[in-house]
Formats: sequence, structure tokens, C-alpha cells
Amino acid sequence: MEFLEHTLANGLEIVAECNSEARSTALGFFVKTGSRDESDAIAGVSHFLEHMVFKGTPTRSADDVNREFDEMGAHYNAFTSEEKTVYYAAVLPEYLPPAVELLADIMRPSLRDDDFNTEKQVIIEEIRMYEDQPPFGADDRCKALHFGQHPLARSVLGTVESITNLPVDAMREYFQRRYSPGNIALVAAGQIDFDQLVAIADRACGAWQPVKAPRAIMPADPASHFACEVRDTATQEYVIQLANGPSATDKDRFAAKLLATILGDDTGSRLYWEIVDPGHAESASLSHHDYHGTGLYGTYLACSPENTQENMQRVLDIYREAEGDGCTPEELDQAKNKINARVVLSSERPRGRLFNVGANWTYRHEYRSVKDDLDAVERVTLADIGRVLARYPLTTNTTMAIGPIGGLQAPK
Amino acid sequence: MEQSIFSHVYPNGLVLVAEEMQSLESAAFTFRVPAGCIYEPADRGGLAGLTCEMALRGAGPRDNRQFINDLDNLGVERGESVSDAHTNYSGATLAKSLLPTLAIYADLLERPHMPDDQLESGRLIALQELSAVEDEPAQKVMLELRRRHYPDPWGRPSQGSEQGLTNSSMDEIRAFFSRHYRPDGTILGIAGRFDWPRLRDAVGELLAGWKAAPQAEPKEAPLGPRVAHLEHESNQTQIGVAYSSAAYRDADYFQAWGSVGVLSGGMSSRLFTEVREKRGLCYSVYASHHSLKDRGAVMCYAGTTAERAQETLDVMLGELRRLGDGVLREELDRLKARIKSALIMQQESSSSRSAALARDWYYLGRVRTLDEIGRLVDELSCDTINAYLADHRPQDFTIVTLGPQALEVPVGVS
Repeated sequence: MEFLEHTLANGLEIVAECNSEARSTALGFFVKTGSRDESDAIAGVSHFLEHMVFKGTPTRSADDVNREFDEMGAHYNAFTSEEKTVYYAAVLPEYLPPAVELLADIMRPSLRDDDFNTEKQVIIEEIRMYEDQPPFGADDRCKALHFGQHPLARSVLGTVESITNLPVDAMREYFQRRYSPGNIALVAAGQIDFDQLVAIADRACGAWQPVKAPRAIMPADPASHFACEVRDTATQEYVIQLANGPSATDKDRFAAKLLATILGDDTGSRLYWEIVDPGHAESASLSHHDYHGTGLYGTYLACSPENTQENMQRVLDIYREAEGDGCTPEELDQAKNKINARVVLSSERPRGRLFNVGANWTYRHEYRSVKDDLDAVERVTLADIGRVLARYPLTTNTTMAIGPIGGLQAPK
Repeated sequence: MEQSIFSHVYPNGLVLVAEEMQSLESAAFTFRVPAGCIYEPADRGGLAGLTCEMALRGAGPRDNRQFINDLDNLGVERGESVSDAHTNYSGATLAKSLLPTLAIYADLLERPHMPDDQLESGRLIALQELSAVEDEPAQKVMLELRRRHYPDPWGRPSQGSEQGLTNSSMDEIRAFFSRHYRPDGTILGIAGRFDWPRLRDAVGELLAGWKAAPQAEPKEAPLGPRVAHLEHESNQTQIGVAYSSAAYRDADYFQAWGSVGVLSGGMSSRLFTEVREKRGLCYSVYASHHSLKDRGAVMCYAGTTAERAQETLDVMLGELRRLGDGVLREELDRLKARIKSALIMQQESSSSRSAALARDWYYLGRVRTLDEIGRLVDELSCDTINAYLADHRPQDFTIVTLGPQALEVPVGVS
């Protein structure tokens, strides 16, 4: 296992975790852009643009792009979050050169009017699909309430209205501004000839013109809010709760992950034993997500409407007890054992490593091996957990309930 | 591709089928226990799932909490599911934890506590899982499609029915367990890093005392109406279309599977191109091949805004009929490239291999090596697939829609 890096003259960074034992290669362009870099006028453009990137270039039609990926037998896709847009493919090692060339080419898309108008319908269908599924868009609305004026308040998908009104020129302008080579990393993991990778990238991406692509980074204000929405077509009630947590550059993020595992893993956690195992809810979990400049704890609860008020109280009581008394050594050990196995299992495939290597590079500009992460988890102490609970209280949060019943109250 | 595949049949009928993958640090297991929902009494829908839930609530020396805690401490990423013929317990963990993990599952299979005082908790969980389906329109339409396409009991949803879950008693759960959790008919698939002789002996010691039991195969009921619309207040209409196809064990299977790959596999496939890329009718559209022991079906899905649902259904049906006219050479070449890379990448995951081993053994009574699959794929040609399609044109469709209004289904389609 060897980590290698290289920066092209225009600022595009190329990083790779080369594993000569691997049977496949995973590679991806990680663009540091997402909904937090948008404004009201272009809400949802990052995600819409992610779809448009597959619609062809001056030398390739949309059909060509899909066909060529499939001819390589590639497993490929893309996703957009609040702060990154990632295009990736996993291929057999012999297809590394054409896969890099193709991915690089589509990163300079034509953004043609016709394709834009057809794909707009697909995006609207995607938004409507999520509106029909739990939690019926409440995750976006809870995030907006929690973050207030902070850029992370913005929805990744946008709304039917914002997408309908988006002009193609606004997308072209956004693309020029955000897809600068200095704002993109080409990341690879698995069986890789790094010199070959750099040579192909230089040929394919060397002419991309750099522009400045700044991003406003600021901490988020912690505050408590409560909202209850009635959705009478729903059968179950869904509750989303967001609280501030350690950011992507905060060393306490490992303690936060362990804490989330202790309190809210989907098996064997406090939420599991108090709420799921007795049958009070179908699901109750806590997870930690890190961003540039801030982090987030997310609690998710799905249960019968009549149990919701009591379950929200149970969640609050569990968090209050943790803030008061901390966790036990047995709980910490168990959480470490779980995370340890998960890290190893998810790292076996180059596809799994790609996202880890890419996140470490785009957020922290560092390389971390699997062992580095395992060691960091191992070093977390009960005192670290206590400090994280004090710095980022789970009891200060934004809660949104959605489902058939109204009149739910914030628990006391 | 070099593979080390071993199998062993124990005196009580239990089959262990295992593949050594020494480049991995992990090991994964899949127990296929012959206790699927086809064995439920007709008025006890959900009994198999409830039994699975209760079996996890303590076994051998461990109570409910200790049972889950010990698996967690071993780092086991576990999952349970109920399918037509089986209840499946699967998991993956670090290689060194495999044998201690199997010992805990041996307790579950032979010595579960089935605590009376936890039945209501287990029942509440099962009832909420059933309710949750009502909020997942895409899942709901596909469950209904399956139920209408296969004769009962083969099309049953594993979530069961409210009545079945409410009426199941602890005695019935225990009876279901003792009748269907049995070694003859159970397949344990294991893949990853292990030492074969040691694994074979350890599994033998753990499960040698498990007693075989007779099993009667269920009777089939006649099919009901195969075109249906379910009223649902939503933005989108969900569309499910099914047609009969080859079973996994059939000689024709690879021809049928290949043709579905042309329909839906990769973004250059026909459904994705015609429904989404050219017309922008939906976000999600796919077709997948599904197999039971003695028959198979192709299940197709699309979800789209109600006003565009009719066009979506029409385009989908048009593509299914057009498939009967045959596939093209370049489509087949792309399909082969995808399969080849998928086969090689499967070797990077112990979980996907352990599931494949157990599945192969159930359908075929042996394991196909990746080389053998590679050969079968190489032998696919337009001529062979098109000959199959000429004899088995997609037709006689089962069609289920869910949304604010019913669609027009062409006469004679079903």
C-alpha cells in the first residue's frame, strides 16, 4: 500500500492509494462544491449539474458517455451533497486509461439546451419521488430550521419551483465558477500505475483554466427549535433531530462517532435497548456527519403515531443521562469493536477506500491509512467522550416531526 | 480466476459450502434455513418473520441483551431476512471472530429461549415494519406485483398481514421453529479467510446435535386477477410490470438473464435510455430477474408523476415487446464486459461470495465457479439469446399500479 500525490500546473491535485494486490481500480473526481455554495436564485444547481455532466461533451453525446462506460464494464455513478460533488467509476485495472480519459472529458460538459430541458424533468421526478417517501422532505426542512442563515441550510435537491425556474445560463456560469481545477481532486484507490494516471490526467485535464473558487466557512450557532408537520397520508410518524457536532477538521470527530455508536447505533445501543428492542419504535438511531467548519448529529425515529410523544421523551432522557453521567468503559469498548470491524470490512474493496481517501484529502488535505483510522478510534477515552458531550450537547437541538398526528410538543 | 471452494454434508443433512479468500481480513456467513414464508399457515402471514425476530431474543447461555452484546463485541455486521423458502441469517466480521460468531448462531438454531415475556415487543416491531410499507410506495407496488404474479404461497410478502401477526401465539412460533428450523435443508455459506479442515470440524461440533425433521412442501393456490390499481394519495404513480422467465437452475437461464441485462443493466440499457434519457419520464426505472426454485420472472419498475404515468407504462411495455425481436451484438458485448468486471469484483467481498455460495447450493446443489460462469457468459451469443427470446417473448404481463388514478392497460396485455 503506497500513497502518492501530484499537482498539475493548473492546480488539479491527483492522489492515489496504490495497492498492488487489488483486483480492481476505483477512481473519482471530487469537486468541492455543493448546495452550500449556491444562492436562492440557483437553488439545486449543483445536483442538477451533476446529472448534466453525463449528458455529453463537444466530442461525445450522452449516449456515447453511457455506452463507453458500459463497454468498460464500469460500475459508475455520481452524488451531490451540501459540499461536494463526486463522479466515480470502479473498473478492472486494464480499463484505467480509458476510464480516466472518459471521466476527465465529461468534467467539461457541453450543457446543451435540449439536454438541460429533458433532464430538468428527471430532476423534478426525483424531487417528487422523495416528497412521496418518508420523511417526505422533512429532513430538508429540519436542516433549514437548524442552520438558519448558515449556508448548510440549503437543500441539495432544491425545489420543483427553483428547478423549473433555473435558466441554463445560470448553470453554465456556476460551472465556470466552481469546476476550477484547483477546486477538484482526482482520487484513485486500488491497482494503479500512478505515473500512467498522472500522464493521462495531464493530457486530459492540463488545459482546464483555473479560477478562484472560494467558499464561506463559518461555525453554526447551536439553538433549539421544535416543529410538527401534519402529513395525513402517512401511516407512521417520523422524527428528525439535528444537533451541532465536531467538524471534519476537529480531532473530536472520532469521539463523536464512538458516542453516536454507543447511544444510537442500529443494534446494541442505548436507543436500541430503550426504544427499538421493547417495540416502541421501528427505528431509532443517532449518527454523526462532519462538514467544513461544523458538524451535525442526526437522530432519526420512525414509530406508530401514538407512541411518538413518549419516544421523543425517551430520546431526550437518554441524551440527558449521557450528558450527566457519560458512558461506561464496556460501552466504549463495544463501540470500538464495532467500528473496528466496520472500517476493515468497508476497506476491502477499492471502491470503499476511494471515498475515504477522497474525503481525507478534500477535507483535511491529508492521507490516512486504514491503520491510522483504527489507531485514532482506539485512542479515544471516556474523558474524550465526556468532553464532546459537553462541547456539543445533544439536548440542544432542532426537532421536526412529520406524520398523521399534529399537536406533538417538544419533550421536557 | 483461482478459487478454493469446499463443501461438506454433515450426517444430519446440514450443508457447509465455503470459499477461501486469503487476501481478505474478513469472513462472512449466510445461513439459509428452510423456514420461509411459504410454510406459514394461510391465516398466519408474518409468522416466519416473527419467529426469526423471537429466535434472536436469547439462546443457549445468553439472554436477549447478552446475545446481541456478544455479537456486537465480535464486530459482526449482521442482518436477517425472510424470503419465500428461507429465513436467512447473515453477517460479516473479522476473520478471527468467525468461529466464536458461529457458536452464537448455533445456539440460536438449536437452543433459542423464545421468551414469552418478549413476544409483545417482537410483535410490535413486526407490526410497525408492516405499517412502514404503507409509507414506501415503491416497495409496496413491487410487493403487490410479486403477490399477483406468483401463485400463493410463492408470492407472499415476508412482512405478513396485520391479522396474521396479531393472532400468532408463542406456541405457534415455537411450533413453526421446531418444524422448520432444521439441519436438513439448511445451507451455511462461508467466504473469506479461514482454515478449511478447522472450519469443517468446528461447524460439525457446533451443529452435529441439531436434529433433522420431516418437511411437507406447501400446496399452490390458483392465481387471482393480474392487473390491479391501488389507490394512493401521492405525487407519483408507481408502476410494476412482471412476466414469466427461466429459473436459475434452467439450462436457458443465462439466455434469459442476458436479455434482462440488455433491458436494464448500465445506463446504456434500453429501459434507462428510452424511459429516462430520451424522454425524461422518471428518475428510477429498472428490470431485474428474479428466481424461485422452479420458475422465474422479470420484475420491472418505474415511478413517475401521475400525469406522465400512462406514457411511461406505454413506453415500458413497448420496450418489453421489442425485446422479443432480439438483442444486438453491441448490446451483448457491453453486457459481457459488465458481467466480467462484476465477477472479478465479487472476489473482493466476502459477503457477496458467501451469499452466492449458499444461493448456488440451494438452486443447483453445487457451486458454479467464477470460471464456469465466465465460460457460460462467453458462450452467449446474439443467436442463442435471440433464439430463446423468439420462443419466450415477453408477454402475458402482470401489471400493478399505485397512485392517484388508474392507468389504461392495453387489452390483451395480460
